[in-house]
Amino acid sequence: MTKQIRQLERVVIRFAGDSGDGMQLTGDRFTSETAQLGNDISTLPNFPAEIRAPAGTLPGVSSFQVHFADYDILTPGDAPNVLVAMNPAALKANLADLPRGADIIVNTDEFTRRNLAKVGYASSPLDDDTLAGYAVHPVGLTSMTIGALAELEVSKKDAERAKNMFALGLLSWMYSRPYESTLRFLERKFAKRPELVAANVAAFKAGWNFGETTEDFAVRYEVKPAKMPPGTYRNITGNAALSLGLVAAGVRSGLPVFLGAYPITPASDILHELSKHKRFGVTTMQAEDEIAAIGAALGASYGGALGVTTTSGPGVALKGETISLAVALELPLVIVDVQRAGPSTGMPTKTEQADLNMALFGRHGEAPVAVIAPKSPSDCFHAALEAARIALTYRTPVILLSDNYVANGSEPWLLPEVDSLPDLRVEFATAPNGEDGTTFLPYLRDPQTLARPWAVPGTPGLEHRIGGLEKADKTGDISYDPANHDYMVRTRAARIETIPVPDIEVEDPDGDARVLVLGWGSTYGPIGAACRALRQRGLPVAQAHLRHLAPMPANLGAVLRSYERVVIPEMNLGQLAHVIRGRYLVDAIGYNQVRGLPFTAAELETMLEEVLKNV
Amino acid sequence: MSEPVALKLTAKDFKSDQEVRWCPGCGDYAILAAVQQFMPELNIPRENIVFVSGIGCSSRFPYYMNTYGMHSIHGRAPAIATGLSVSRPDLSVWVVTGDGDALSIGGNHLIHALRRNVNLKILLFNNRIYGLTKGQYSPTSEVGKITKSTPVGSADAPFNPLSLALGAEATFVGRTIDSDRKHLQSVLRAAAEHEGSAFVEIYQNCNIFNDGAFEQLKEPGTRDDYLIRLEHGQPITFGKDGQFCVVHPPGGFGLEVRETASTPAEEIVVHDATVADPAYAFALSRLPGFDLRNTPIGVFRSVRRPSYDSVVQGQLTEARATVSETPEQQLAGLLGSGDTWTIVG
Repeated sequence: MTKQIRQLERVVIRFAGDSGDGMQLTGDRFTSETAQLGNDISTLPNFPAEIRAPAGTLPGVSSFQVHFADYDILTPGDAPNVLVAMNPAALKANLADLPRGADIIVNTDEFTRRNLAKVGYASSPLDDDTLAGYAVHPVGLTSMTIGALAELEVSKKDAERAKNMFALGLLSWMYSRPYESTLRFLERKFAKRPELVAANVAAFKAGWNFGETTEDFAVRYEVKPAKMPPGTYRNITGNAALSLGLVAAGVRSGLPVFLGAYPITPASDILHELSKHKRFGVTTMQAEDEIAAIGAALGASYGGALGVTTTSGPGVALKGETISLAVALELPLVIVDVQRAGPSTGMPTKTEQADLNMALFGRHGEAPVAVIAPKSPSDCFHAALEAARIALTYRTPVILLSDNYVANGSEPWLLPEVDSLPDLRVEFATAPNGEDGTTFLPYLRDPQTLARPWAVPGTPGLEHRIGGLEKADKTGDISYDPANHDYMVRTRAARIETIPVPDIEVEDPDGDARVLVLGWGSTYGPIGAACRALRQRGLPVAQAHLRHLAPMPANLGAVLRSYERVVIPEMNLGQLAHVIRGRYLVDAIGYNQVRGLPFTAAELETMLEEVLKNV
Repeated sequence: MSEPVALKLTAKDFKSDQEVRWCPGCGDYAILAAVQQFMPELNIPRENIVFVSGIGCSSRFPYYMNTYGMHSIHGRAPAIATGLSVSRPDLSVWVVTGDGDALSIGGNHLIHALRRNVNLKILLFNNRIYGLTKGQYSPTSEVGKITKSTPVGSADAPFNPLSLALGAEATFVGRTIDSDRKHLQSVLRAAAEHEGSAFVEIYQNCNIFNDGAFEQLKEPGTRDDYLIRLEHGQPITFGKDGQFCVVHPPGGFGLEVRETASTPAEEIVVHDATVADPAYAFALSRLPGFDLRNTPIGVFRSVRRPSYDSVVQGQLTEARATVSETPEQQLAGLLGSGDTWTIVG
């Protein structure tokens, strides 16, 4: 039977199921197929901290949202057009996010009385009017998968577990996705168990064929490739991009990369990724704790490596004393904080950007460091290189503030030419720098960068001692002299404050906006999407995004003062707004949300519309 | 490799230009002098030697050594030194620490460095007191110790540093005393020759806050009857006249001290530092009583196990063995790995 094909500009699909149902993998594969087609993409995984929460319960629901379009998009989408619900819990947990008219594909096999009761459904929502207004597609995903695999030599359990591939096959058919990469992926993933390759491929094909034959799905959709700059692309998550950025920093600096890390969500994937790249001279050490992780990284930096430590907020809190030591020692060090919802353990798999205060101020004494934040998954690559550049050039700790949203979200990434990446080569000190030609002065600074010489052990004639005690200017000897301490504190502040960083750019296409939205980090996408939507409605609004949070761009004050209103949306209670108000005396309006989820473009649009009305 | 050239260094070469600022009479002076005098023996260029310390009186040590050095933060020296040693296997890395630094605030790093067998020489100056903070009890102070923070006596049981190190399966464990330069240097020599972690406890006198803590081990009148000088391959006997010996009673778990005269010679334990099971050295570490009687000094344990550094370097070497591309070519390949697609302009 020939089905109607309808063209769409954009689609948002959410795959939702139990945390054991393989929803992250399903979403990931659908994303990869979509990337192959050339759509622009943005994804949002959302999963519980528990590895296997009790099956069928609301806390156990894991989901993966993918937004794809024939134009460039900035967010994973506010509301899904399609929900795939593998069980009643997945339906109940996600229904509130669906606009009326959305498609819901439900696995009817899981809608048993027991599963319904687990989530408090007195009767099946498939039988009452709960889903009135939605386009519901009841599919026996489990039973049809088992049926499709009846002839194969797999256990019933393995057959049942392949149901996510049935769902993927069905959705791949619905949206006309190329599936060759998924078949190749299955062959790789189950290389050691050919019977599982056969089972998963069969399930996928059964899902595809089901779509093609069943009357229930009358329409098939297409989303044409987006117009994107020419080049080679891959889909990449923030954590993967950040890892590659660190590898690239090693290559471009010619230094070995040393990562000290302790497992912590959502940063562990960086440790996993970097541990695969030993052929680049990358050493990874899983330390006994967060403090040892940064200590080892600092020790490696002292020895001439690019020392890196990766963690999340609780880990940064533990590392504070060592960051202070690195400030005093004036050695390069990159500290990656993949932020998650706090305080304390908080919500480890949910996003937040509430570690800004800690990054800027969270140490004893006057201990300034450079702070930068990536704005999107692929930007994590360039942010990592930038963090390394600042650390190596200015011999300072740099905190890179990623967050769970950019770390686990993904988007297409235009692969850079290696030669176009910044040159990070450094010069170690090799000879005495004192006027007498024989003395080595470890704290004699470069007048341009204010950086001190990096004299690594093994260099003859430059033997010297450094430490956490205050040092005399130039000689680095222990000093309790009041004037010297005052000078050193101010100099350490100045060496961060005078790091040249690019001016902040303002996006204001018509140049007539009176309101500026200032963001930092992962809010770039939702803010950008909201601003676009407003402009399309004829409401001018300007957007500027801070990548460098310390030091801040030199033109920031002037930019802020040139608008009648400045609005700062943040996934915290106003940490950047507080800094902006203090530094620039600008009466910025905060818009704050700490729900563990990124902003939706729609809520920002509504909020900004209100602000625009009042200027 | 060709025969190393004799560097002809002297103790003076290892003295930095910094004024030594420990209290007059501190045991640290003796240790510093012994280390500076011993260092030339290593025949390692000064630039390839690094001393890393934590916080405390003993941790000022690196400032006085004319080598590379880092005075870091409280308890963290083993962690920092681990990163340095693993990434720079060409260096000789020494950690100087104290009982508070190594066993209290830094206890975790110490045991993990030891279990990993990082190629560090760890010198723990044990004076059984917090000196720099002016006299609080430490994790090696005896129960009931009266100090500024324990006016009616401390309530906590102390660590036995060697037992702790052996519990972490340290591959080299030794003990020596600040005042016995010859012995101290003999233990340093054995530690320096060891590949992997070498843990050396040095009994050190704090003459201000805990004076005489190890007096019985130093006084000519008592020391011979109190100290057990371990010698690899020799029967363990001690006392002014060799009147005491160490035996392993059948059916017992540990070692005991007996009178030599009434003990058959074949029952006297012959010291073997290379026993694979740490239980033997652990039993030695349990011999001393509260009054410091039966205190063994020397090398308790010295066994071979690949160092963490060599295993990590081995993995790096193996991973790079098959690489024929330039780093830039490798990087281009890595960036373009996985599922990619091309958009033509």
